[in-house]
Amino acid sequence: MSTSAARAWQETAFDLDAGWQLHPQVSVRPERFGALLYHFGTRRLSFLKTRALLTVVSSLSSQPSARAACQAAGLAESDLPAYSRALATLAAGRMICPRKD
Amino acid sequence: MTAAAPSLVQEFRHGLAAPICLTWELTYACNLSCVHCLSSSGRRDPRELSTQECKRVIDELERMQVFYVNIGGGEPTVRADFWELLDYATAHHVGVKFSTNGVKITPEIAARLAASDYVDVQISLDGATAEVNDAVRGPGSYATALRAMQHLADAGFAGFKISVVMTRHNVDQLDAFRAIADRFGAQLRITRLRPSGRGADVWDELHPTAAQQRQLYDWLVARGESVLTGDSFFHLAGFGEGLPGLNMCGAGRVVCLIDPVGDVYACPFAIHDAFLAGNVRAPGGFARVWRSSELFTSLRTEQSGGACASCSAYDACQGGCMAAKFFTGLPLDGPDPECVRGFGEQALAASAGEVPRPSGDHSHRGRRPVPVRIGPRPAAGARPAAGARPAAGAPDGAGTAGRAGVPDRACDQSPLAGFRPDLPPVPR
Repeated sequence: MSTSAARAWQETAFDLDAGWQLHPQVSVRPERFGALLYHFGTRRLSFLKTRALLTVVSSLSSQPSARAACQAAGLAESDLPAYSRALATLAAGRMICPRKD
Repeated sequence: MTAAAPSLVQEFRHGLAAPICLTWELTYACNLSCVHCLSSSGRRDPRELSTQECKRVIDELERMQVFYVNIGGGEPTVRADFWELLDYATAHHVGVKFSTNGVKITPEIAARLAASDYVDVQISLDGATAEVNDAVRGPGSYATALRAMQHLADAGFAGFKISVVMTRHNVDQLDAFRAIADRFGAQLRITRLRPSGRGADVWDELHPTAAQQRQLYDWLVARGESVLTGDSFFHLAGFGEGLPGLNMCGAGRVVCLIDPVGDVYACPFAIHDAFLAGNVRAPGGFARVWRSSELFTSLRTEQSGGACASCSAYDACQGGCMAAKFFTGLPLDGPDPECVRGFGEQALAASAGEVPRPSGDHSHRGRRPVPVRIGPRPAAGARPAAGARPAAGAPDGAGTAGRAGVPDRACDQSPLAGFRPDLPPVPR
């Protein structure tokens, strides 16, 4: 798989149009650079590298979709691929999970 | 994406809103007198924080969103209110990992612990055989630890930790430790021996040789997958590729210690006035110490590489461990005593100076640790003289069944150990 193909796969691997939420066992602590996340179930630590990503993650449960959460956080269309990858990583670590509406 | 990693570590160097890795030693009381005890534990300190004071600290940790604390001692489970405090912390969203030698881990307690998502247990074991372990931790301590592990495994507690301080006598047992962990469905955690507390008295004889440091590093690189290290071997990064973790000194930045009397130190290995930042009993409590103490503020500024700055390994090892330098009498801006390039040994040979002593000694009187040698220790016959203990009625281990060991209260970062600054969920 070429790098661009791999990237395309990563981008499509996260469903921006689905409803997401913070995992109920995850705690979020805002920090100067963004935030730290801790999952009490997996006992893993992760972090959000920007304040905008914190805004997105914090609003996932109140927005109809991850895309809407990104838009509400003021992100441009061109930001979405990068933010989608970040959300995919968080989903893979069970920091966020699909919402059962 | 990876280009963003250094700036994150940089952020950590400037400190966080609250510690990631907070060690809290609930008591200096301990039934045993492990020869390398980092906190010189043994006797309870009569000024120990009360149950109510401990709960106030937990309230504060909850407000600061400290996700979890590493509780140690002494032997924390000999406090009569230990289980009450454990329940209080988890009810207030502060997860607990506690270090113990396992003396109180009965089948009933094991079942209770296994039922909680918010509690993790770490059993201290410093030899894969009774001979090696008991020479350091005291007679019977191996059997006690193994019994506790069996109870935890029987209760279905998967993934509890087995914590090993690496010494000259157990580096060859790494695979055997791993086998013990596998046998109980546990996870192995290994940490570095520091010349702190009573560890200063035995460091020369016990710290791994230069060849063993290489052996340890090679083992971690080859077989260290899923072995936790508490980020404790970053001084070995000078050998080549960095080990998982932050590879930096977290003292006062992401790590600190609250001791049994509420004193806050920069790290669990630095119980000395030089690293004392404040006390949780003072106005403003722990939060004020963490956020604005003079010491922590200064630790969060750029540290000088000093004599190490021109060394090609400095970027990797960052000059090593502050506490290891301090308690061997080396300057803080010079090489670690176990510098992999050998500069530490040279510096030690050149310094004939006094080494600082730990500020407090809670060792059992009349039960001073014996020189380490492999083989049975002399019976630690002497119970402490009557009257040697505070009569405050608090548990100091004297009345407990069995013999508790000193947990190594190393700052464990089980979350951090899997933490890869190069693989963050960053947007760009």
